[in-house]
Amino acid sequence: MNALGALLVRDMRIAVRLGGGAPIGVLFFLIVVTLVPFAVGPDLALLRRIGPAILWLGALLASLLALDRLFAADHEDGSLDLILMSRVPLELAVAVKALAHWLTTGLPLVIAAPVLALFLDLDPAAIGAVALTLLAGTPALTFIGVIGAAFAVTVRRGGLILAVLVLPLTIPVLIFGVAAANTAIVGPVPFGPPFTILCALTLMSLVIGPFAAAAALRHGME
Amino acid sequence: MMELGPYAGFIVAAYSAALVVIGALIGWIVVDHRAQRRTLADLEARGITRRSSTVEAA
Amino acid sequence: MALIDLANPTRFLNLVARVLPLLAGAAAIAFAVGLYQALLVAPNDYQQGATVKIMFIHVPSAWLAMFCWGAMTIAALGTLVWRHPLADVAAKAAAPLGAAFTFLCLLTGSLWGRPMWGAYWVWDGRLTSVLVLFLMYLGVIALWRVVEDPSRAARAVAILTLVGAINLPIIKFSVDWWATLHQPASVLRLGGPTIHPSILVPLLVMALAFVLLFLTLHLAAMRNEILRRRVRTLRLLQARGA
Repeated sequence: MNALGALLVRDMRIAVRLGGGAPIGVLFFLIVVTLVPFAVGPDLALLRRIGPAILWLGALLASLLALDRLFAADHEDGSLDLILMSRVPLELAVAVKALAHWLTTGLPLVIAAPVLALFLDLDPAAIGAVALTLLAGTPALTFIGVIGAAFAVTVRRGGLILAVLVLPLTIPVLIFGVAAANTAIVGPVPFGPPFTILCALTLMSLVIGPFAAAAALRHGME
Repeated sequence: MMELGPYAGFIVAAYSAALVVIGALIGWIVVDHRAQRRTLADLEARGITRRSSTVEAA
Repeated sequence: MALIDLANPTRFLNLVARVLPLLAGAAAIAFAVGLYQALLVAPNDYQQGATVKIMFIHVPSAWLAMFCWGAMTIAALGTLVWRHPLADVAAKAAAPLGAAFTFLCLLTGSLWGRPMWGAYWVWDGRLTSVLVLFLMYLGVIALWRVVEDPSRAARAVAILTLVGAINLPIIKFSVDWWATLHQPASVLRLGGPTIHPSILVPLLVMALAFVLLFLTLHLAAMRNEILRRRVRTLRLLQARGA
């Protein structure tokens, strides 16, 4: 197995361990979605209306949760230095780590979303729309998030600075994700346009994220 | 004097806010400048200087 | 004097010492003229009455808020690409200024919006984009403080600034799109290139005043930052030597 493949498998194995962030991510998603009805009240009509937004916010926050350890853990045990020194381009290594993060944290959120959507009384069309937009959008959240994770590597209170830096960058993804999901709820607005823009944002983040994160790592580790 | 109309309060508030924000910026920069110069003079007095020993009057 | 000549901090400080009083004086004069025109000469708008006078603060603040991120972006390129020594200093000095002008823009816009739209805040495209810009300024300031070594902080902030520069048009574009998917709000559209000269001229004078103010503050803040780094160097020397 080549180096990148090994990195992918290693990261996925670490993530699914109990302290690794993947199971906790889904749990956090569940808790957030549960908290909102406590805050806004049990009116099902209201929950149905804001359901996609709640699910998207929960997915965003849960994705963020596991990101701050993405590079910090490797930095602590020295494997980040090994990755930096290896012959594999750093951008690819970062992309692979981001992919591992998405497979273990983002994808479970996509799978959990339809179940949680039942708590919010969404109809099947809305559930489908939310799941599809999350599937297209959570990679963007991860790949933008790695930029913040790279900044947060050598910094104390890294988790907070990560959130402050990453959340403004993820706002366009949130906007289009919720807009696309909402088209299944509000009237005859087409699903296509916001969804394709969401996909475009994801594709952009697949490139910009690893490059920016790699640059941040290189400059941070000098 | 000028006629500010029924919303005079908002206009005055806006201009006051500008005064406060700009004043705070200027104040911060001036105070910071004095603090840095004081510290540099203090370090200079203790004999700690950089390689180029010309003291700039900034 | 080429830009690289200014790379020497001592030379730069000398230049600032000479130029700063002139800039400050020019800014003061521009403000005096601008405020006189804005408050006493400019007529009231037939639709908005006297509240149009808030525009003379609000619009220049908005222009500066965006201009400042542009300046930080150029400084970021200076740090990453050309490694110009004063680029770091310029970037760090600009961030609080940009945040302050963005805040002023949001605040005066809100005070203008309350009488005109009936609400202190609406989630339309431009407001939301400027709010996100404010958050990004705060993020940059936070990053400057959190990384201890100034030159490492500079590189991290430079990357964040560049990514932010990409994000800003995306946000602006995305919330415009988002607004069309909801009920469009009835937004009073004013200004644009068809402002009557009696209001346009004071606006341009105020804009000039704000720009001169920004240049003054920026150079002064850069000077402070250079001095701060000298203090840090000396303190490190002291600690090492002791």
